[in-house]
Amino acid sequence: MDKPFNNKAWFLVLPVFIVVAFSAILPLMTVVNYSVQDTFGNNQFFWAGTTWFSELLASDRFHEALWRQLLFSALVLLIQIPLGVLIALCMPRKGWGVSVTLVLMALPLLIPWNVVGTIWQVFGRGDIGLLGYALNSLGFSYNYVQDVEDAWITIVVMDVWHWTSLVALLAYAGLRSIPEAYYQAARIDGASRWSIFRLIQLPKMKHVLIIAVLLRFMDSFMIYTEPFVLTGGGPGNSTTFLSIDLVKLALGQFDLGPAAAMSIVYFLIILLLSWVFYTVMTQDEDANRKEGTP
Amino acid sequence: MESLTQSFAWMAWTWQTATFFTGIVALLVFMTIWERVSPSGERHGVLGITTTRGDRLFISLLGSAYIHLAWLGVMTAELWWASIISVVYALAVFRWV
Repeated sequence: MDKPFNNKAWFLVLPVFIVVAFSAILPLMTVVNYSVQDTFGNNQFFWAGTTWFSELLASDRFHEALWRQLLFSALVLLIQIPLGVLIALCMPRKGWGVSVTLVLMALPLLIPWNVVGTIWQVFGRGDIGLLGYALNSLGFSYNYVQDVEDAWITIVVMDVWHWTSLVALLAYAGLRSIPEAYYQAARIDGASRWSIFRLIQLPKMKHVLIIAVLLRFMDSFMIYTEPFVLTGGGPGNSTTFLSIDLVKLALGQFDLGPAAAMSIVYFLIILLLSWVFYTVMTQDEDANRKEGTP
Repeated sequence: MESLTQSFAWMAWTWQTATFFTGIVALLVFMTIWERVSPSGERHGVLGITTTRGDRLFISLLGSAYIHLAWLGVMTAELWWASIISVVYALAVFRWV
């Protein structure tokens, strides 16, 4: 069997590795150390073994936050990926419209997370917010502060508004990389619009869509600031996602041991799901490479 | 030595976690040497995915973490059993995946 990689390239990423070692690996090691101990401050620690992990895995609070998080990420991916691709397909390919569209699409991405939360917090208010006031005037009883469904809809729509642009821009970059000859060949063959999308555009967008799915999954699974600013995790705990629950545990209750155990489980879930997404989405490519087809 | 210990006191090291991380690093060093001595290339295993030896190590470590978590969540017996299952699992991954 052939050796697949040139390992000398690793020397080029050595500086990044060193930076990551200090910014990620050492903190991760510290979290592991905290997860098996208890502390009351003053840098004093007491051995707790696997107690925090056992308690966490039996905790209804953790299970509920995890299911909310999974549901949120699933909704985000199911809406943002197809919508982003659809927008990319509708974006102009030449002329002055290209620049205008690109700038408009990039705008939501430039707004900081806490500002997005604040914008939607005001936007959704029934008394002074445009969205809340308009919906209430139309006869809908909309109140994201007290109604669970309204809170969820608002958070999902807010995230769609904030991040669909990223998917659209990535998909657009993928579309722009397709040579015109492909479309000419498709026209000569009399291919339908759907066939062109399914057999030319979608396969050519595959690489950027893998990046889009991974980025959107990891980001939505770690979402904190926007829902925290908008609903604070409420009404009740209905929008308390894992990250919000983790911060409550670590900083609100100062339970650093249990919070560290939760961080590790959280990290392992993200790691597993990201690996599954990546593996499933790149398997065709590996199979093609093995068969020698492009 | 004392100052070095003081410098890393904030990391709250225990001998158990230090042993764990030393084991992981030793495993990575061993795998690197193994790959240098005998390059593995890629393989299509029972999962239907293409893996390198490094991929199989990753699958083994990640799976072992989940085996330990599942054991803690479901079973009441000693955690060593989960470690033994993990070793068997890792051997199976390296043999068939």
